[in-house]
Amino acid sequence: MSTPRTSPEVCGMGHSMKRKEDPRFIRGKGNYVDDIQLPGMLHMDIVRSPYAHAKIKSINAERALKIPGVLAVITGETLAKYNLHWMPTLMSDTQMVLPTEKVMYQAQEVAAVIATDRYVAADGVEAVEVEYDPLPVVVDPFKALDPSAPVLRTDKKDKKDNRIFHWQAGDRAATDKAFAEADVVVAQDMYLPRIHVASIETCGCVADFDRVNGKLTVYMTTQAPHAVRTVFALVAGHVGLSEEKIRIVSPDIGGGFGGKVPVYPGYVIAVAASVVIGKPVKWVEDRMENLQADSFARDYHIHAELAATKDGTMKALRIKTLADHGYADAAANPSKFPAGLFSICTGSYDLKNAFAEVDGVYTNKAPGGIAYRCSFRVTEAVHCIERITDVLAQELKMDPAELRMKNFIPPEKFPYKSALGWEYDSGNYPAALRKAMDIVGYEALRREQAEKRARGELMGIGISSFTEIVGAGPSKQFDILGLKMFDSCEIRIHPTGKAMARFGTKSQGQGHETTYAQIVAEELGIPAAHVQVEEGDTDTAPYGLGTYASRSTPTAGAAGAMAARKIREKAKKIAAHLLECSPDDLVWEPGKFTVKGAPSRSKTIQEIAFAAYTNHPQGMEAGLEAVSYYDPPNLTFPFGSYIAVVDIDRGTGAVKVRRFVAVDDCGNIINPMIVDGQIHGGLAMGLAPALLEEISYDEDGNITGGSFMDYLLPTAMETPSWETAKTVTPSPHHPFGAKGVGESATVGAPPAIANAVVDALSHVGVRHVDIPVTPEKVWRLLKENGLSE
Amino acid sequence: MIPAAFDYHAPASLPEAIALLSQFGDSAKVISGGQSLLPLLKLRLGAAEHLVDIGRIAGLEYVREEGGSLRIGGRTRESVLERSEVVRARYPILLDTARVIADPLVRNRATVGGNLAHGDPANDHPATMLALRAEVVAFGQNGERTIPIDQFFTGLFATALARDEILTEIRIPAPPNRTGGAYVKLERKVGDYATAAAAAQVTLDGSGAFTQVGLALTNAGPMPLRSTAAEEFLKGRRATDDSIAEAARRAAEAASPTADRRGSVEYKREMARVLAGRALKKAVERAGGR
Amino acid sequence: MARHDIHITVNGVAQDLQVESRLLLVHLLRENLRLTGTHIGCDTTHCGACTVLLDGEPVKSCTILAVQADGARIATVEGLEQNGKLHPVQEAFWEKHGLQCGYCTPGMLMTGCALLARNKDPTEPEIREAISGNLCRCTGYSNIVKAIQSAAERLRQQ
Repeated sequence: MSTPRTSPEVCGMGHSMKRKEDPRFIRGKGNYVDDIQLPGMLHMDIVRSPYAHAKIKSINAERALKIPGVLAVITGETLAKYNLHWMPTLMSDTQMVLPTEKVMYQAQEVAAVIATDRYVAADGVEAVEVEYDPLPVVVDPFKALDPSAPVLRTDKKDKKDNRIFHWQAGDRAATDKAFAEADVVVAQDMYLPRIHVASIETCGCVADFDRVNGKLTVYMTTQAPHAVRTVFALVAGHVGLSEEKIRIVSPDIGGGFGGKVPVYPGYVIAVAASVVIGKPVKWVEDRMENLQADSFARDYHIHAELAATKDGTMKALRIKTLADHGYADAAANPSKFPAGLFSICTGSYDLKNAFAEVDGVYTNKAPGGIAYRCSFRVTEAVHCIERITDVLAQELKMDPAELRMKNFIPPEKFPYKSALGWEYDSGNYPAALRKAMDIVGYEALRREQAEKRARGELMGIGISSFTEIVGAGPSKQFDILGLKMFDSCEIRIHPTGKAMARFGTKSQGQGHETTYAQIVAEELGIPAAHVQVEEGDTDTAPYGLGTYASRSTPTAGAAGAMAARKIREKAKKIAAHLLECSPDDLVWEPGKFTVKGAPSRSKTIQEIAFAAYTNHPQGMEAGLEAVSYYDPPNLTFPFGSYIAVVDIDRGTGAVKVRRFVAVDDCGNIINPMIVDGQIHGGLAMGLAPALLEEISYDEDGNITGGSFMDYLLPTAMETPSWETAKTVTPSPHHPFGAKGVGESATVGAPPAIANAVVDALSHVGVRHVDIPVTPEKVWRLLKENGLSE
Repeated sequence: MIPAAFDYHAPASLPEAIALLSQFGDSAKVISGGQSLLPLLKLRLGAAEHLVDIGRIAGLEYVREEGGSLRIGGRTRESVLERSEVVRARYPILLDTARVIADPLVRNRATVGGNLAHGDPANDHPATMLALRAEVVAFGQNGERTIPIDQFFTGLFATALARDEILTEIRIPAPPNRTGGAYVKLERKVGDYATAAAAAQVTLDGSGAFTQVGLALTNAGPMPLRSTAAEEFLKGRRATDDSIAEAARRAAEAASPTADRRGSVEYKREMARVLAGRALKKAVERAGGR
Repeated sequence: MARHDIHITVNGVAQDLQVESRLLLVHLLRENLRLTGTHIGCDTTHCGACTVLLDGEPVKSCTILAVQADGARIATVEGLEQNGKLHPVQEAFWEKHGLQCGYCTPGMLMTGCALLARNKDPTEPEIREAISGNLCRCTGYSNIVKAIQSAAERLRQQ
């Protein structure tokens, strides 16, 4: 890592600055949605369907309304009066806010109780009586495609099947030809089950409609407050909500990871309730509601094929995927990408031919779903290519590291145009893998594995060399519901040389109050401690598309640098005015302009700031501020190589992750300590799906894994001590060469662990195991291959 | 996560508590640590109109050896059991068990008595107490009585405690020389109930043969399961890999686990075998036998 | 009875309150006493975001009735800072980046404090076990372990 350009006092890029947001969190003085109490505030709780698919015969609120403190029971009929019973999803599908005819997944919202406190609201929910007429349930996405399957979306006129979309990328004919001509072809079915992001804070809001001023304020767990404001204005404009009188405030958010991007029915009902009643309404969901009804992730049934020469040169990749979206496509993808950025599936390899197709299908499950730190389906794409690469290695009897090295896009080929149309900005894959192998002691581990095998002990080494695609995104290709995916920063320097910087993104723990300050410090030389960063209040923050898919540093961070540079340009002119020279005579170093060849003649940024208000040049506007709306020219491509070492208990099948080495490359790094923190967290959220997490449905649509009893989050006992290292390959197009890193580890880790488990059993011919790799799955493989205790 | 309304009573003495339980009958539940009961009430499963909290009754939390047995007060918290020197030194099977119940925070409230009285075959202490041949002391309207552990569990979530009875003490016979015990649990993650678990408490004679064997399984059927067939097989036999393996096989054969997310019936039964074997091996080691 | 008078000491301040029988301790703290530093993260007693000290022991306040805490001393995260001075555990979490979104943090701090009161020099496995009742999604636990180790050192030097 290169030394920082700025001093520790200024604390620009490269410093591991202690976080500016921590003082409130360590004191328990964070301000999360459920901490908010407003005068006269009411509480909302939701009645939910026990059935996966059923007609609603009747809803009887009589008993509930008799409970002292229950003020109202809102149903679909209530909302239908205002045409608010259905709403658009972020993928331009539609979903119910509250049903008028039928429910389509277990735990679906059926009615809402408004009460004076949350205990009474809970009693109210128990007292609402709903009669259902069960309908046939569709949970198997393959069966959902059957012509005889019941059509689920009867609300869509003329819909005769359960298909949502067909998406494809690449040249099918050329790929088929390459397959036909290949020496070796391997194929593998893979299922990535439904999982849930389960941030420790669930979703919720306080909706506060001020009747007197006609203004709606919603404190909300949202990663994208501006988009929500615009959506509310468009969807509820007809009931009097006007965008200049809507304020969305994302206060402190206890983890987002994509789960707080969608607009959930609970928010809309709370807003409607507040508008109708004229009092603030708080809705905070329970954990079980969160797991069962909020947007899920994955649920991809993948069939992958990889073609190669017999000496291990990859020739072609072909993938067919069935995507189970639940009853509505409520995924938060950019609108032209119903399968997200799945076409990154050629990965780190120089694959000249590729074809990928994804078909989306409706089932009787909660709608979604890309909400789990996945950069728009990059987790699925990377799992697929890294798994099939190992399958190929096994087929060819080649070491998986060697196969990867042989096929990596070489550093000199960047910027690299992939067979599926992406221009990778920069990368050095061999260096990252070599570094990981050195740190883990790869050759020694292979020797240890051989010795252990001879004694009947099982250990595995798994590699994942991933390339991510983040920073959505260039306006030519990217929008969400039409809103282009630029992002923004507005900086204002005060007379005393301190700064205020507001951004269109919204941190949910990523440390923007610190890292964004460091960007400004780097560009202007104002100490990061003097840069006040704000996000999340749509009344003050410039318009942005929010924080998810690792886009903040690539877009808003870039906007911060660009705004700072605009300020620097003006500052130069003010400095020239103060120093009575031409701006061309001035040299910049962080924090000051100096006259070329006259080191004693300089002005600090603080002096310049003061002058901007007290002695600005005539003909120039006073003040020192700028705003930038940054439209990235391309996405960025962080990458890395991970190596997992696992030991398998032959008696129980339990998998223990002995070591996990992660070498990441996210380009230039703002705060190394924060980057490491992001990686540690991502690794835990990669281990979790690899070994523990799964939400499933029985044939009646009953959910299992709908509470923490069965939806298993790893504790500090299940996670190893993570070993991390970096390479640095800057992005050539980003203003300060950074790429984004928040999701790299969630993307790269699961295949490393899955590959390690398969590697432990490859000597008896095991080729694949689906995640989560439960002890029973492993035990069955051991039994089938004569390896159990 | 809000319980339905109930009335709460905090009697200061056992007679007072018993009187309340007699008065309210079926509509009352005893709350001890509350770490099994409150989660149920919060999910509105298992209603209770009256909670009788025995937490104010003095003198129910202790761990001491007395009169040839280890006596544990019914309200002894798992964390207290974990930190007890006499348990660590002389009853390591209990330490093994306490350490894998839920998580450390829950163990600061959960009580040994509650763990038994709940009658849940998924709880960890039942199997251990079966292996230890413990006795349960109950106090009710008719005074105090002692219930051998083999008669204590009567069905799923059912015990021999009468409606008006409170579990006040657990007694475990002091171990003779060359005794060792172990509790081995397979769980998906820390804090989970057992996918399978086995408790083994054994005594060996000079030649390394079993003179006493206690073996029991957790979550292997509708009730905590004592593996009598396995115990009988081992009695008198020398402790060897083969004899232990056969005993474990017999223990698993008698198990009737239910399939759930932790595993299929086949897997759970196999794990009962593997863990019974491991628990026996460890118990034998601790008895100084191998 | 469905309502009870309770006497409870929170962060050293004695409180007399009248509460419903079913009121959970975590709601007493958050709603009645407006101490919102203690958080709620689940409904099945798993996550530990609600961890407080009750008579010095770390417990899950969502699984304790307020009435059960009658007569008890409760310590919450708000009580760690004394006279404007952060507790060494708080300093250590800040220094070592032991928090990101901050939501599990109060629970982790209280569990960490209780551990260090009992064990002045915990090993890494001991720390991991002690916090195994506290879930975190953001940090991957590594820096939390480092923070508690650092806090131990600070406390030993005091």
